[in-house]
Amino acid sequence: MLDDTNAKAMTIIVTKGTLDWAYPPFILATTAAAMGIETTMFFTFYGLQLLKKDLDPKINPLGNAAMEMPMGGGHMAMPNIVAALPGMTSLTTNMMKNMLKKKGVASIEELRELALEADVKMIACQMTMDLFEYKREDMIDGPELGGAASWVDVAAKSDINLYI
Amino acid sequence: MADQVLDAQGLNCPMPILRAKKALKELPTGGTLEILATDPGAVKDFEAFCSTTGNELLSSEEDGKVFKFVIRHTG
Repeated sequence: MLDDTNAKAMTIIVTKGTLDWAYPPFILATTAAAMGIETTMFFTFYGLQLLKKDLDPKINPLGNAAMEMPMGGGHMAMPNIVAALPGMTSLTTNMMKNMLKKKGVASIEELRELALEADVKMIACQMTMDLFEYKREDMIDGPELGGAASWVDVAAKSDINLYI
Repeated sequence: MADQVLDAQGLNCPMPILRAKKALKELPTGGTLEILATDPGAVKDFEAFCSTTGNELLSSEEDGKVFKFVIRHTG
């Protein structure tokens, strides 16, 4: 498939499922597809969360010393001890979602839909499905199930391979 | 005057590119698309988009806070 044409190909291994880490793979995949690049996403470990029908990625600044939010013209980081308090995950998730919306950044749901529309190929890691006891019916239609060899096969024929 | 106008104002990366791609697909070869955007990153991105896809970037202008691009569907 990939060697028959001059078309370029890209793969992305998606290993993380939090709201912040969900963005780079979907932004790059949709953009590459729009630029005529055949794109494959391989979802493994926490990245599998992003294939759930009930998609609700969250974020918590705990342990992320680089995370700061714009506030009153400056920036503010949240001390770990505060981030560890009950309810902080939903609070910081809502803050982040509001900020994304205000800045005209698409939601993860929207980008995932656009990726599927653009024929981005998605592979859900079978081993992780078994490991975390996820059911196929909890995941969106579209992705196929596969293992490491499925990714290697596509990656070996691709021009760009990313691990996120 | 472009054949079609796409208003991508207020949208951030990668939406102007994705919307433009969709609009170009619906244009016949040779047709022109005008895109209005407020994302400053779009300036470099539409150059890159055209360079990779083979579409022709006819113009790239800035009018205050609004960027205006005209692309000919050749890719």
